[in-house]
Amino acid sequence: MKPRHKRTALIVGGLVAIGIAAALVLNALDSNIALYVTPSEVAAGKAPQGKAFRIGGMVKEGSVARDNLTVNFVITDTAKDIPVAYTGILPDLFKEGKGAVVQGRLGPDGKFTATEVLAKHDENYMPPAAQHAVDQAQKAQKSLQP
Amino acid sequence: MSNRLINWFKFASPQSFYPLAGKMIPWFWALTAVFGIAGLWLSFFVAPTDAVQGEGYRIIFIHVPASWMSMFIYLVMAAWAGLGLALNTRLSGMMAQALAPTGALMAFLSLWTGALWGKPMWGAWWVWDARLTSELILFFLYIGFIALQAAIDDPRRADKAGAILALVGVVNIPIIYFSVKWWNTLHQGASVSLTKSPSMAQTMLWGMLLMALAFWMYSIAVALMRVRAIILERETHTEWVKELEAVKR
Repeated sequence: MKPRHKRTALIVGGLVAIGIAAALVLNALDSNIALYVTPSEVAAGKAPQGKAFRIGGMVKEGSVARDNLTVNFVITDTAKDIPVAYTGILPDLFKEGKGAVVQGRLGPDGKFTATEVLAKHDENYMPPAAQHAVDQAQKAQKSLQP
Repeated sequence: MSNRLINWFKFASPQSFYPLAGKMIPWFWALTAVFGIAGLWLSFFVAPTDAVQGEGYRIIFIHVPASWMSMFIYLVMAAWAGLGLALNTRLSGMMAQALAPTGALMAFLSLWTGALWGKPMWGAWWVWDARLTSELILFFLYIGFIALQAAIDDPRRADKAGAILALVGVVNIPIIYFSVKWWNTLHQGASVSLTKSPSMAQTMLWGMLLMALAFWMYSIAVALMRVRAIILERETHTEWVKELEAVKR
């Protein structure tokens, strides 16, 4: 083996080793890297007890109710719902039926008191006319279903 | 080697690469201008307003190309560094050194524009989610590479140390790219990828791709300029540098 080939083999071998190590570390950290848990995971008892954490999901249609400065809404992943109360300014993209991430604590009564609300944007970028068309199509589809 | 169509090894020597790079630089600057002007015009005057985000979405025309470049430049830099480590070619280390500052700039732009977009859209400048954090690590890797190379006086040893750091850091690139798939992140998934049709309006997409091309050309032009400076600096003592017209004067 020429020294040049030997060095190349060493470098490739080293990279593979680092790759495997990184994969193992990431696998071990898996649940800690996630920014938020879903309402179903909270229902399954996977949320940290007595600590602040984040829940991510959709703001349920028709659930946003304002009471003075406090906003009450329900965050859902369509399987489980969690009621949330938040006092403060909501981001521009916060809307019913859109994604949101809330940070706060879960009370003993199952109500989540948020200290921070973040809007989650999806990967779709389209002009208003196209968005309108999509909404219309979805409405039409919904009305077709029994 | 002589029966090859192009003798690549010839251009691996700084002496023959120096004039070649000099000839290419104006062309890449010209392409930067063409793509940049076309891209900016499309981005600001043709592309429609986004239905949900309004005008604020236009930051993607800088943010996405900068993020792509920050990852791609790192891969190229690491490839050069690895080549230098394996084959002991002189030019490889210089190329890696020349690419690092541009990569750092791109990573910085990506983080900064992302923060400016995040405040109005998400409601936060910064979130410790997997995508943002791994991009920040990429920025630190660039800074670390630059600092490590600068800290060692002997260029050969500096190249070697830098190369090892660069190669180890490659692990971070797939993590950045796939973070939005692997974990729950606040950052949205990819709008443009090789495996599915893009989820954005045509003109927006074209604006973004033209801007990406402009960033490519800019990065190449700047890297070539920088590598020429590095070649002169490292080869000052050689005959061919002393005989250069520009140096004599």
